[in-house]
Amino acid sequence: MKKLLVYLKDYKKESVLAPLFKMLEALFELFVPLVMQQIIDVGIANRDKGYIVRMCLVMVVLGVIGLTCSLTAQFFSAKAAVGFATKLRHALFAHIQRLGYTELDTVGTSTMITRMTSDINQLQSGVNMVLRLFMRSPFIVFGAMIMAFTINVKAALIFVVTIPLLSLVVFGIMMITIPMFKRVQAALDRVLGKTRENLTGVRVIRAFAKEEEEISEFDKSNVLLTYRQIRVGKISALTNPLTNVIVNLAIAVLLWVGAIQVDIGIITQGAVVALVNYMSQILVELVKLANLIVTITKAVACAGRIEKVFDMTPEMQDGDAAAFAELTHVQSQKRKGAVVKGAMRQRHSDYAVEFRGVGLTYKNAGAESLDQLNFKIKHGETVGIIGGTGSGKSSVINLIPRYYDATEGEVLVDGINVKDYPMEVLRDKVGMVMQKAVLFKGTIRENLQWGKKDATEKEMYRALDIAQAREFVDKKEGGLDEPITQGGKNLSGGQRQRLTIARALVKQPEILVLDDSASALDFATDARLRKALREMDASMTVFIVSQRAASIMHADQIIVLDDGKIVGIGKHEELLRACEVYQEIYYSQFPEKAGKVVTE
Amino acid sequence: MAKTEKAKKMDTGTLKKVLHYIRQYRWYVLLSLVCAAITVALTLYIPILTGEAIDHIIDKGLVAFGPIKQIILKIVIAVLATAAAQWLMNVCNNRITYNVVHDIREGAFRKIEILPLKYIDSHSYGEIVSRVIADVDQFADGLLMGFTQLFSGVITILGTLLFMLTINGKITLVVVLVTPVSLFVAAFIAKKTYTMFHMQSVTRGEQTALIDEMIGNQKIVQAFGQEDEVLARFDEINERLGKYSLKAIFFSSTTNPATRFVNSLVYTGVGLTGALIAISGGITVGQLSCFLSYANQYTKPFNEISGVITELQNAIACAARIFELIEEEPQVPEAENAVVLDDVDGTVTLRDVAFSYVPEQKLIRDFNLSVKQGQRVAIVGPTGCGKTTVINLLMRFYDVNSGSIQVSGTDIREATRASLRTSFGMVLQETWLKSGTIRENLMMGKPEATETEMIAAAKAAHAHSFIKRMPKGYDTIITEDGGNLSQGQKQLLCIARVMLCLPPMLILDEATSSIDTRTEIKIQQAFARMMEGRTSFIVAHRLSTIKEADIILVMKDGNIIEQGNHETLLAQGGFYANLYNSQFSM
Repeated sequence: MKKLLVYLKDYKKESVLAPLFKMLEALFELFVPLVMQQIIDVGIANRDKGYIVRMCLVMVVLGVIGLTCSLTAQFFSAKAAVGFATKLRHALFAHIQRLGYTELDTVGTSTMITRMTSDINQLQSGVNMVLRLFMRSPFIVFGAMIMAFTINVKAALIFVVTIPLLSLVVFGIMMITIPMFKRVQAALDRVLGKTRENLTGVRVIRAFAKEEEEISEFDKSNVLLTYRQIRVGKISALTNPLTNVIVNLAIAVLLWVGAIQVDIGIITQGAVVALVNYMSQILVELVKLANLIVTITKAVACAGRIEKVFDMTPEMQDGDAAAFAELTHVQSQKRKGAVVKGAMRQRHSDYAVEFRGVGLTYKNAGAESLDQLNFKIKHGETVGIIGGTGSGKSSVINLIPRYYDATEGEVLVDGINVKDYPMEVLRDKVGMVMQKAVLFKGTIRENLQWGKKDATEKEMYRALDIAQAREFVDKKEGGLDEPITQGGKNLSGGQRQRLTIARALVKQPEILVLDDSASALDFATDARLRKALREMDASMTVFIVSQRAASIMHADQIIVLDDGKIVGIGKHEELLRACEVYQEIYYSQFPEKAGKVVTE
Repeated sequence: MAKTEKAKKMDTGTLKKVLHYIRQYRWYVLLSLVCAAITVALTLYIPILTGEAIDHIIDKGLVAFGPIKQIILKIVIAVLATAAAQWLMNVCNNRITYNVVHDIREGAFRKIEILPLKYIDSHSYGEIVSRVIADVDQFADGLLMGFTQLFSGVITILGTLLFMLTINGKITLVVVLVTPVSLFVAAFIAKKTYTMFHMQSVTRGEQTALIDEMIGNQKIVQAFGQEDEVLARFDEINERLGKYSLKAIFFSSTTNPATRFVNSLVYTGVGLTGALIAISGGITVGQLSCFLSYANQYTKPFNEISGVITELQNAIACAARIFELIEEEPQVPEAENAVVLDDVDGTVTLRDVAFSYVPEQKLIRDFNLSVKQGQRVAIVGPTGCGKTTVINLLMRFYDVNSGSIQVSGTDIREATRASLRTSFGMVLQETWLKSGTIRENLMMGKPEATETEMIAAAKAAHAHSFIKRMPKGYDTIITEDGGNLSQGQKQLLCIARVMLCLPPMLILDEATSSIDTRTEIKIQQAFARMMEGRTSFIVAHRLSTIKEADIILVMKDGNIIEQGNHETLLAQGGFYANLYNSQFSM
């Protein structure tokens, strides 16, 4: 909770004023019975009608002042609570965005969404309630105790015993219920996960006619949630009755002690009435406080969960910008005059990408996914990466834009270790097209602008042309402004894939990576795409990861992976002669060629 | 104007629906009411006892200890009884609330299972999830508060009114006359805040959708370095949400002070009339002070009730959104005499089928197809030509607009969905696995399968070896979205899942796109065995599959433009021939 309070910092004024005005209101509330006492003691006793009316007017004035104070307090507390939540949401969202792949892999999406939504909402109402009531209630409780001392010390001692006892009950219940609320939240997360899963997997679930099973599974989580809610409810429901019992028993004791004191002649009857009234006043405040406790317990539990997300720090350290600038400066000094043909970009090395003894073991994974990878790729080359499922193809390319850090060796982009790059600079160089074609809600234009914010239509159309997407985009009624629904569900898989390729091309990256991203394309489109890519910017280095030999056989270099190791590297013909794995892949796809080679 | 009218209508309608859910817990409601009545009666009785005790403590030497002892004993008993009743009441309320919420969530989930695919395809997951989770949660909070405070509040009002009437009618009249002002103020504020809560709710939904989309695809956001842009979009919604929330929270929180002010007017009114009557000797001073304390007791619940009403308003707004989902038009219900397809021979006939996703855009027209038992149908065409549409129709994820589809001679609209769908084995390009163990996923189509059968299926799909290498083998838990598996591994599991139940017909949608070719060859062999005697529909990219197909459907722009086998289509020299030749132009 403490760490999150930073976000209340900008609302210091409101956070102080809200409780302050709340206390003022309470103070005026305390005056009212005094005025009434005067009406009885003076007005009625003297039969002074004018005095009574005057005193009633005073009460109305007190009421108006109370209302003003209260409204002010409510406004400030609402402003502080909402402002706090808004800032916190912003910070949490920004934080989640900074998290690396490793962290994102370990926390599910739905968990993150709950943190962002219902947890922060709970916290917001918690802050609001605290600002309104947490000062007011103790103020009245201790105020009443002090008043009791001014009347009679012996009777006041009862207050001294009662108040700690009450606090013990209230906070004791709080301590017991906090961990229980945590378990409620865990059950809620399950329910959320199940709901999400049923939306994403709706086709499969229906195909297997598993609706009933899913409902019963959902119900299991739902019943567990209800069970936990009721259980924690039972305990927190004790707060009210227990405080009630304590206060009323205290009143009983007060009556007895008061009776003795009156009998000896130390205090008057009126004083006993006053003492009893003060005790009741404490009770009224405690009832409010007890209700508040539930909200606060929930809020604290939520805060704890949110803090956990904040505690996750990306393992990756961003390269220092100043050091990087110096590094590039030194590099370019060394290479003065070495201008690569046709390239406007300044280069620091002959090689676009270089792997030096790279190994990668994912977190929590038993075995290494990549082992001792060494290769050098020149600027402008087209590289094919091929290999079986799980051979590490995606892992290799994930290391280039530094989605993961190599656990061994080093990865160099343009002669500089990726760890030395400021993340922004590095990722700007690389255009990634992932296996899973994801588009975002918005228009086609907006999606393409992800690659380059100020891309002109000409640039966009060029990218669409190369990605073989021009034709279908032109056919859309809105053209570039055709809306795309969330996840691009109004487009087919192939259309989505081509748009993601166009999106990466708009960026005009130095290195383009196609991670098996032609899988939803038919052969003809795939072929046209590759042709267009080759005819494009000659200085762009292209990585093509594919299962299809046809997609990569014309590459300048082909890297053949098997079980995380390079088993072959070279051109198609060389590999076909020397690399067993490559042969196997190739002939499995072109069985008619197999015979020919043998005869050669 | 019309809008508020509509909102109001929705309001009472929603309330009725909520009551409908509560009805089956009416015994708990009754018990809760009884407990509330006991609690209130005793709570009102205790001050009277206290007053009596005070009357026995008159002055020095004038204290009657005997009766005081009696009264104190009564107080102790009353206090303990109150506590017991109060606790029981709270427990009942908890039970009612959380059970109702449970029922509503279940209702919402059941609806999700029978919503037409069209609805799910056109709504963001985040929005639906936000209704089932966040809205229901808010509703629960409001409902619980309503139960705990509304009941006892109302009973306290009635009880106090009764006690006051026994003392003096005139002053009671003053109280009763001023009270409606308090209610009016509360109602006025509640009406004003309803729209604000609604706006807050809508904006919150919008934000949840964005969060779902962006955090769900965080990797792409980072790949394009779009963090700042996304954050800016988030902030724009966040600012708006903040603005609406501030309004909603502030205006709803004015209810309390406003009604409290009205109450202080009530108090003053009682004081004024009471004092004036006391001067003329109508009541005693003691009775007046008793009146004042009751006037306080009487007005306090009004504060609470109006507070509860705002909370309930919020809850109702949330409930309205949930009911919107629950009442969403479900898929066309099954015919009453729907046939269970149990002995499917594998013939599929499509007659004059017309279909489109949106009425304005005609897709498939006059589609006729006759597939005999065991035939292989390959669906080919350029990317994005609508190949999945055929699957949507065969599986009855969508209904045809006109014409009919018959499986085994039965119109699929006259068969039960479950029996139709389970007679197809489907492997989609998008690999979906449920969170749970690998075993649970494999057994999905055939829960009664034995361990041996399961392993055999996994072996046939070439998934066995990698499953064995997982930390817990078949009991390894797959995390949400299958995060701990590669795309290819997920696809192998999807194939194994179908291999296990072996239905009479197969649908394979680009099923092996993420599997390496070496493994694929092995799977193809397994597929070939599996397809033997089974009618299969294959969205095909590979030539060998297409060439071997009995029927090739060539699709373009959502429509089927050519139909035939490889040779006849090549001979036609049409679109297919073009497509085929372009493959070897490289």
